[in-house]
Amino acid sequence: MMNALFDPAQWTHLDCVLAVVLVWLVIGLAGVCAARRDDVAPKYLFPAGSLFGIVLFGIALHAIFAPAEAAVLPIGLPQLPFHLRLDGLSAFFLMVIGGAAAGVSAFAAGYFRKIEGETAPGLLCLQYHVFLASMAMVVLADDAYAFMVMWETMALSSFFLVTADHRREENRRAGYLYLLIAHIGAIGILLCFGVLQAGSGDYSFSGIRSQEHTPFWASLAFLLALFGFGAKAGLLPLHVWLPEAHPAAPSPVSALMSGVMLKTAIYGFLRISFDLLHVQLWWWGLLLLGIGLATALFGIVYSAVQVDMKRLLAYSSIENIGLIFTAIGLCVLFSSFGMMPMATLALTAALYHVVSHAFFKSLLFVGTGAVLHATSERNLGKLGGLIRYMPWVAWVCLIGVLASAGLPPLSGFVSEWLLLQSFLFTPELPSSFLNMLIPVAAALVVLVAALAGYTMVKFFGIVFLGQPREEKLSHTHDAGAWERIGMMWLACGCVFLGLLPAQFIQVIDPVTRQLTGAGLGDQVAGNGWLLVPVAATRASYGPVIFLAGVAASVALAFLVVRKFYHGRLRRAPPWDCGFPWQLPRMQDTAEGFGQPIRQIFEPLFRMERQLPTPFDAQPRYKVIIEDHFWHWLYLPVARVVERMASLIGLLQQGRISVYLLYSFITVIAVLVWVTQ
Amino acid sequence: MNMLAVVSQFLEIVVALALAPLLTGWVNQWRAWLQNKSAPGLLQPYWTLHKLFNKDSVVAVHASSLFRVAPYIVFGCMTLACAIIPTLSTDLPLATAADAIALVGLFALARVFISLAAMDVGTAFGSLGSRREMLIGFLAEPALLMVLFTAALISHSTSLTLIVETLGQRDLAIFPSLAFAGVAFTMVSLAENARVPVDNPATHLELTMIHEALILEYSGRHLALVEWAASLKLFAYSCIGLALFVPWGVAEARAPMALLLALPALVFKLAIGGVLLAVLETISAKMRIFRVPEFLCTAFLLAVIAMLVHILLGA
Repeated sequence: MMNALFDPAQWTHLDCVLAVVLVWLVIGLAGVCAARRDDVAPKYLFPAGSLFGIVLFGIALHAIFAPAEAAVLPIGLPQLPFHLRLDGLSAFFLMVIGGAAAGVSAFAAGYFRKIEGETAPGLLCLQYHVFLASMAMVVLADDAYAFMVMWETMALSSFFLVTADHRREENRRAGYLYLLIAHIGAIGILLCFGVLQAGSGDYSFSGIRSQEHTPFWASLAFLLALFGFGAKAGLLPLHVWLPEAHPAAPSPVSALMSGVMLKTAIYGFLRISFDLLHVQLWWWGLLLLGIGLATALFGIVYSAVQVDMKRLLAYSSIENIGLIFTAIGLCVLFSSFGMMPMATLALTAALYHVVSHAFFKSLLFVGTGAVLHATSERNLGKLGGLIRYMPWVAWVCLIGVLASAGLPPLSGFVSEWLLLQSFLFTPELPSSFLNMLIPVAAALVVLVAALAGYTMVKFFGIVFLGQPREEKLSHTHDAGAWERIGMMWLACGCVFLGLLPAQFIQVIDPVTRQLTGAGLGDQVAGNGWLLVPVAATRASYGPVIFLAGVAASVALAFLVVRKFYHGRLRRAPPWDCGFPWQLPRMQDTAEGFGQPIRQIFEPLFRMERQLPTPFDAQPRYKVIIEDHFWHWLYLPVARVVERMASLIGLLQQGRISVYLLYSFITVIAVLVWVTQ
Repeated sequence: MNMLAVVSQFLEIVVALALAPLLTGWVNQWRAWLQNKSAPGLLQPYWTLHKLFNKDSVVAVHASSLFRVAPYIVFGCMTLACAIIPTLSTDLPLATAADAIALVGLFALARVFISLAAMDVGTAFGSLGSRREMLIGFLAEPALLMVLFTAALISHSTSLTLIVETLGQRDLAIFPSLAFAGVAFTMVSLAENARVPVDNPATHLELTMIHEALILEYSGRHLALVEWAASLKLFAYSCIGLALFVPWGVAEARAPMALLLALPALVFKLAIGGVLLAVLETISAKMRIFRVPEFLCTAFLLAVIAMLVHILLGA
């Protein structure tokens, strides 16, 4: 045993992963130890953390193809050690964590150089690495106890990161809301594990797996899991913390929370509904499909009308989570009817979108971090024209924007394509009711994807294009070296995931084999650059050829124009139909660009408008858009809680004689009860 | 991949690049005739392109490189779109790389780039145009995809060549699903190609323009490329329409003689389609911008009905 420990050649994948987790914790502690020197954490610790992110990415990639490994860690309570297990599903999500963390940590090395808000970089370094380590441990946990401990560590460490700038009232509110919903969700998960162990008292996942659940108890466990993990992932109506917490957190943390932490909720949900439960009922799939689509549509419509760039991205994350749940719902639906190949296709789409979203959303969030760093401005209405001052950030962000808009040949399109392909199989479902319903769902998916394009054009166009809306923007600087490296890594992820889908599906193959018993790996292999998920006569997509086709015609057009005509160029003031006075204020604002969406989807918003009259000396236009769910769900619940608290508060008189009376009455009551 | 496939692929691209301005000229000519105006020559679009290519490009002082790259990308996207739509033959090597969904993605890619380029200079009209273009885009895209999905469900494939082959082998009869889809597709293509009920390509009326507002800052070779790409887009949409609803006459794999026959068939079908488009544009009036969502929602609902009709009736 000891020999094996000191001989790295004998280390299993699980040992290596635990070593990375340990290194992350050591890095975090080192950050606290060196807290007095503000340059240690950014200069050495975050780059080191990034390096180990890549190491984790590599190990996990290798472990996906290896058989499952289990271990017992002798920490925790006596008689209650941590059970750990590294199987395909865990390895896949570890890969997502490692891959995104590598880029985000590298970016953080440049970002945390100055003190943002109040928390010192050294302390942030600890919280940040504990957050990373706990996410890795969540996907490794193999019993409910370890899972919940790590889940809570993850929630708490991210809470401290969200409130890094805790002097601001709104950040404290955001952090509180986040913590509250995280804990309401955790109760759901805890109860779910309680149902799953079915009275056996065995909370290890292997024990749960061996239980047979009746449809009623299985459904109850499924609903509790959906509630608990949905709260973390941001499913409707538990999404309200996302648009508050993401803008409050420092940008690298928003990137990790949105790109990675939401995915741990997807992991937990998949683990419970596909691995621990053996039955799957068709209405589960329909429920997931409905909630997923509602979430996706809601998220993207709200995203399109936001004026804060991080809120915009937060709502866009809600949309993507909705799409992932839509795909999972489709998979459950297919597998409940025993149509495993189609279920596998849908699950592959979901897992592809998990990775793809992890990369492009992290990229966009760190991109907003670079903008925030350079301009200290989050409001879209005060940005603009940054492509001229920070071309580097702008062009890399363009990759993220195109991927997020689901455009070929980047990563977002592949998952959307796979999802739509699996929708095309729904007419084969043996239920005419579902057959009629689901094509409409496919139409909604397409609408959501098209709206994502609208939102992303708004995001990129208003931040990076046009004329600067503020004077100070012309002094902004481009991102530093570490920030560039981090963004580059994430952008490369988007490009490779987009261009090599057939190769990447080989990585997803062992995971779907574990969950649905089938994989697309054999099917997609051997088609060269083409992705053929079902059959060549059914559909094929070749992003490399696609890109080559566009690039070749662009190059040919360029060469032909230069060869037969000329390349002369003159610079002149903008034309604009001959109107000579061009002010930055004449461009569309973020509100202006979102106006068509506000008008078309008006019933979805709770809007307060203040329109100027022609007689105003200083005309003002103001529009406040609020979430219906606040007023329909959260505020009534909050009022009920407050009312109950004030009723219970009547008991509390603050006088010792009253409390003694309470004890006396209690003792009497107990005695009466015991003697009977 | 055999020699004939490569030849037909090459031929398709060349035919698309060469014929697209002619189609635009043909439609313009008919529109002028129908409106009792004296028409420009059939070859006018070629002369315009030639003139624009010869002129200097005047670019706004603070325009970024995205502004200069975008016309090439849009042109490249439209060329690829024309290459993968089976117009002459269904034996196309490039068509395996992009199916119907990727085709819609290709149009979306071009739209995003031209919209971003319009926002780049930072004028009032540029951002107005790009907002309206994206508005039309997100409404038209689902409708277009639903039309293609109906065809894909009929032929059990999203590959455009297989859709055309399946539809081409069917008997000459009216299929209810395709009838709904055809109406929806016509409405979508009017909107996507900036045609009359939605936009007017022949005007610079400031408050109503969409496509013209997008390309207001372009001149010289950039404008030429954008205009050529717009013709290619019209050509591509016409060809999708022909491929879905009038698929007869397209050469199937390994038939050199059919390939020779396919070209006159295509020109004939496009000529009739062009006249119909001119008639449609003449008899309808341009609508306010906020009527456009209603128009496109109708198209979207028709497309969904087409799909449901197919699932219900199997036809």
